[in-house]
Amino acid sequence: MLIPPPPAHPRPVPAGEPRLQLINISKRYPGVLANDQVSLYVMPGEIHAVLGENGAGKSTLMKIIYGAVQADSGQIQWNGREVSVANPAAARELGIGMVFQHFQLFETLSVTENIALALPPDTDLKELATRVRTVSEKYGLPLDPDRLVHALSVGERQRVEIVRSLLQNPQLLILDEPTSVLTPQAVRKLFETLRKLASEGVSILYISHKLHEIQELCDRATVMRGGRVTGGADPKQESTASLARMMIGRELPVCQAPDYAGEVKPVLEINRINRPKDDPFGISLQDISLTVYSGEVVGIAGISGNGQAELLAALSGETTGRADSVRIAGQPVGHLHAGQRRDRGLTFVPEERLGRGAVPSMSLTQNAMLTAHRQPGLSRYGLLDFKAARDFALRCIERFDVRCNGPQSAARSLSGGNLQKFIVGREIMQAPKVMIVSQPTWGVDVGASATLRQTLVDLSREGVGVLVISEELEELFEICDRIAVLAGGRLSEATPKDETNAEKIGLLMAGPAATAPV
Amino acid sequence: MPLLTPRANPSKLMQWAAPPIAIIATLLTATVLFYALNKPPLQAFYVFFIEPLETANGWSELALKASPLILIAQGLALGFRARIYNIGAEGQLLMGAICASGVAIYTDGMTGDWILPLMVLAGAIGGGLWGALPAWLKTRFNAEETLTTLMLTYVAIQLLAWLVSSPWRDPGGSNFPQSIMFSEAALFAPLFEGLRINSSVLITLLSIPLFWLFVKRSFLAYQLAVGGQAPSASRYAGFSAQRTVWISLVVSGITAGIAGAAEAAGPVGQLTLSLSPGYGFAAIIVAWVGRLHPIGIVFSGLLMALIYIGGEAAQVSMQLPSAVSWLFQGMLLFFLLGADAFVDFRLKRRNPNPFGIKEGKA
Repeated sequence: MLIPPPPAHPRPVPAGEPRLQLINISKRYPGVLANDQVSLYVMPGEIHAVLGENGAGKSTLMKIIYGAVQADSGQIQWNGREVSVANPAAARELGIGMVFQHFQLFETLSVTENIALALPPDTDLKELATRVRTVSEKYGLPLDPDRLVHALSVGERQRVEIVRSLLQNPQLLILDEPTSVLTPQAVRKLFETLRKLASEGVSILYISHKLHEIQELCDRATVMRGGRVTGGADPKQESTASLARMMIGRELPVCQAPDYAGEVKPVLEINRINRPKDDPFGISLQDISLTVYSGEVVGIAGISGNGQAELLAALSGETTGRADSVRIAGQPVGHLHAGQRRDRGLTFVPEERLGRGAVPSMSLTQNAMLTAHRQPGLSRYGLLDFKAARDFALRCIERFDVRCNGPQSAARSLSGGNLQKFIVGREIMQAPKVMIVSQPTWGVDVGASATLRQTLVDLSREGVGVLVISEELEELFEICDRIAVLAGGRLSEATPKDETNAEKIGLLMAGPAATAPV
Repeated sequence: MPLLTPRANPSKLMQWAAPPIAIIATLLTATVLFYALNKPPLQAFYVFFIEPLETANGWSELALKASPLILIAQGLALGFRARIYNIGAEGQLLMGAICASGVAIYTDGMTGDWILPLMVLAGAIGGGLWGALPAWLKTRFNAEETLTTLMLTYVAIQLLAWLVSSPWRDPGGSNFPQSIMFSEAALFAPLFEGLRINSSVLITLLSIPLFWLFVKRSFLAYQLAVGGQAPSASRYAGFSAQRTVWISLVVSGITAGIAGAAEAAGPVGQLTLSLSPGYGFAAIIVAWVGRLHPIGIVFSGLLMALIYIGGEAAQVSMQLPSAVSWLFQGMLLFFLLGADAFVDFRLKRRNPNPFGIKEGKA
């Protein structure tokens, strides 16, 4: 496939020498052009946003700068000099630091030991601990160098990553979606640190798809879509709508949540679930109770790793417990496994789509069977009717607008958003009384996310009780009627959306020790 | 740092091309081997692969050897698809043969149409129990089935050795470690006058469409496949992991046990120490070369049988050592697993990513 080269547009560079300048960077992966003639520059002391949806090519571009991936063509200029960044070690030598979205820390090692791993092997640990303390205090990132990483909160772990980069005196710091795991309060603290760094002349590349954060923090933004730069802007001058237009090419759709007029009855009752943790780094569930009524969407906010996985397994039936710990439409099901709970009207969408919600190498038809085999007509005398399953998959694909090459395509060939639409559709088509969805829009692009959210709201208005577990506060405020918070294995009271706000939820997310630094 | 990196989309075509590639590689290596042994390779191949098929007797022997291999491999493939690796089919075969022989020995002198079916049933039970034991050990104590099935094979071999040298030894057999010859009522009838092929191959013939239907259409086989490919998805769907273990091991034990009964009541006609020329182990190769597919297994079973017969012929007419057919089996599996590795993985030339950061389209 030959794509005509787009007009090269290295925009005019202002006075002074840019810290980093990328000129016409391209990178092709099999089947996808991840970066197509991307150009941008960052000045010393500038906080520069790279804005785009999942799959827009942001992460690839950052990995090219950090030397983790090599560009096919294009030029990188560092302080006015052309360089080639062979690997991350070379990047660090130049003065480029990166804080990854998924932390790269060893849980069983202390803060200092984790940081020492990125430094030369002859580093003196005692002296390093002192330096860690000094640097972390200077930038308002308090850290105890001797603590083990598994005992740290997510916000603290991110500090370890940032301090690790700062110890190498970077001139450019790259942060990849740094706020996706932080409470609103922790986000504010992070922004203070970043502003302080910028005031000292450090350039910052800030990757995000959250428009309001970029408007609050960044001096300039480069917007990417489909691997190309679609615009540059001063985010403070733009409206959210105009940034969204640049990012997704159209208006950001808004979720419609009409009032529910049908009968209100409890469909899912969670009654004092207690579960000791089964691995040393797990979370024990403590006295969790919640009731979900027909016709509403209830959200559970909180950062993953606070008991989300354990609670989901207890609700879905992947782990079982006391019979009356979970009731579906009044019937006790706590002792039943996942298939039996499904028979009683529970459907469930897990956060891992490949390998749990779907079998990667199997076709959509076969994956329809995974849970829908209980539907009449799909199996008889122990034999499966694959023609009926194909029809089921086909209906699901049409009704939920799943983009794929038909029911025979393998689950792993679908994009995250389309596979999610298929799984959500498969579960909805089984006419549930209760539907539990975990992280409905993780890794899903903005357009598909909006569709999925609307689908869940519509489902609840048909009289289904919907329980959504999500890290994205904005998402919960958009679709939920009531919101509870799961932190440290405890669930807070579910509060009507109108009676709470992001600030209050954020405090609950930080847990009982909310007064301590997060 | 691993030398192989997974391919995003392993080619379907290459998955089926791997067995022919492995066969060709085996033949090429065998050519070198024959040269080294100072035997003309072309003549050796002729003796190995063509000569046995030139007579009716050759075909009869081929079917007789392919039959247990195919039957056992069908059962094994069921478990392999669910990633339950029963490598002790040899022991299950021997237990099947022992139980069937017990029936034959204690009914010696009687007549009746019920004796032979009872032997097959006893064989199925014996093999099934020998498969159930590792299933219990795995579900109860989480004991690795690759170890337990293999170790139980040696238990079965020792049990057989004790039986044929002491309680079941033929009193008139001049102290050879073997049982009495079974009476006619305890033997499968020959299908054709003058040939050894007998009616036990009908069991294998019947098993092929049954396994095909089971694999293609049954809900149980689907659950086994999901459990093998994505254990989390299996839990999510509410399929029982324990049932997967039990079914995989017991079904493969039953098929091996029936094959053992058919051996004792077929070409061997008694219980002896050398009852099986390693059918239970060879069937593992048959299952993989046949791509765990019920029809593929038929072809690979025939090929493996040909290697057995060709090896015997080459011993006689070319004075090749008997180990040659074992070498062929080993090379075939080796090259197949090697080819499979390159279907699913590619060789990494250098390491552009020393920090192990995952690549992906952002």
